[in-house]
Amino acid sequence: MEKINQQAVQDKINELANKDVYIHLETTNGAYASHFDEEAYNVGAFIRNAHVRYQHGKIISTGGSYRVGLKLDIGWVYAEGVSDFEIDDKDRLLMAGHDREGRLMVALEISETPFSYEADIDE
Amino acid sequence: MSKNHVVVIFPHPDDESFGASGTITKFRKEGTPVTYLCGTLGEMGRNMGNPVFANRETLSTFRKDELNEAAKQLDIDVEYLGYRDKTLEFEPREQIAKHLKDRISALEASVIITHYPGYAVHPDHDALGAAVVEAVRLMDEQDRPEIWMHAISNDSEKDLGQPDVVYDVTPFWDEKLAAIQAHLSQADGMMSLIKSQDQQSEQLERLKTERFYKYSFTS
Repeated sequence: MEKINQQAVQDKINELANKDVYIHLETTNGAYASHFDEEAYNVGAFIRNAHVRYQHGKIISTGGSYRVGLKLDIGWVYAEGVSDFEIDDKDRLLMAGHDREGRLMVALEISETPFSYEADIDE
Repeated sequence: MSKNHVVVIFPHPDDESFGASGTITKFRKEGTPVTYLCGTLGEMGRNMGNPVFANRETLSTFRKDELNEAAKQLDIDVEYLGYRDKTLEFEPREQIAKHLKDRISALEASVIITHYPGYAVHPDHDALGAAVVEAVRLMDEQDRPEIWMHAISNDSEKDLGQPDVVYDVTPFWDEKLAAIQAHLSQADGMMSLIKSQDQQSEQLERLKTERFYKYSFTS
């Protein structure tokens, strides 16, 4: 992954609009948050392979990181705090935000083909 | 039991190195075969290397390679159980237990090392540990291996008392460190702790002593 190039991401979002796409959306602070700090809360959510079609989408700079919103016919997909991106060898748009130690805090990924859902032992 | 075979059952690539690699080394030096049944590929881990070199879609490939390297360091066999990271507690426990029972029987395990359900912090740890107990319960009494359970949570000794097996793994520290270091994408936080001046830190001391509670079916 590299630092987000806003124009490159916007172009890819535009390219994937009005198509059947698969979404991986995730946020996490890890399974050990309240183990290492009793005051902390464990929170996280992910959805893998949400099958959607969005009318349009936009990436907004907040100075350092970005928000992304995708408008569906009957709802929205939203992520805040993404800072890195990659268009991978399967032509998928991968975006993520990491903390200072490189740990993933949020991810939003868009693909025209399903993301792996078995354990992919042979992948 | 006809032979000795230690079977380690944890959900993630690196659980074996952080939690039991000193004990694993001890068994290997005594000539006892060790097999690691790894529940998932750790594909939902949040550590991506530091600096970041993995992403959500490539992490599983890195972690599989890392576990293969750690297994080479520890001279153990690895089998993957094929579940998905973070989802073990949502699978039917009896299904996982039957799956585990088949593998445990086929490997003729004499000792199983797993997590202590309810005291293992990560939901995958708790779920797989519970499934191991259930798997062994399904076996004929005379075929049952011992279950050694690794407790992690801060309250474990208060609730459970002193562990039954306590190994000072300082003599195997080099092997343990090499195994942990093989997990490049995951080990950074722990490695910086180890390299720091704070040699007395509680977490480092915990790594140097491996403790296990033996499960008893009669209690």
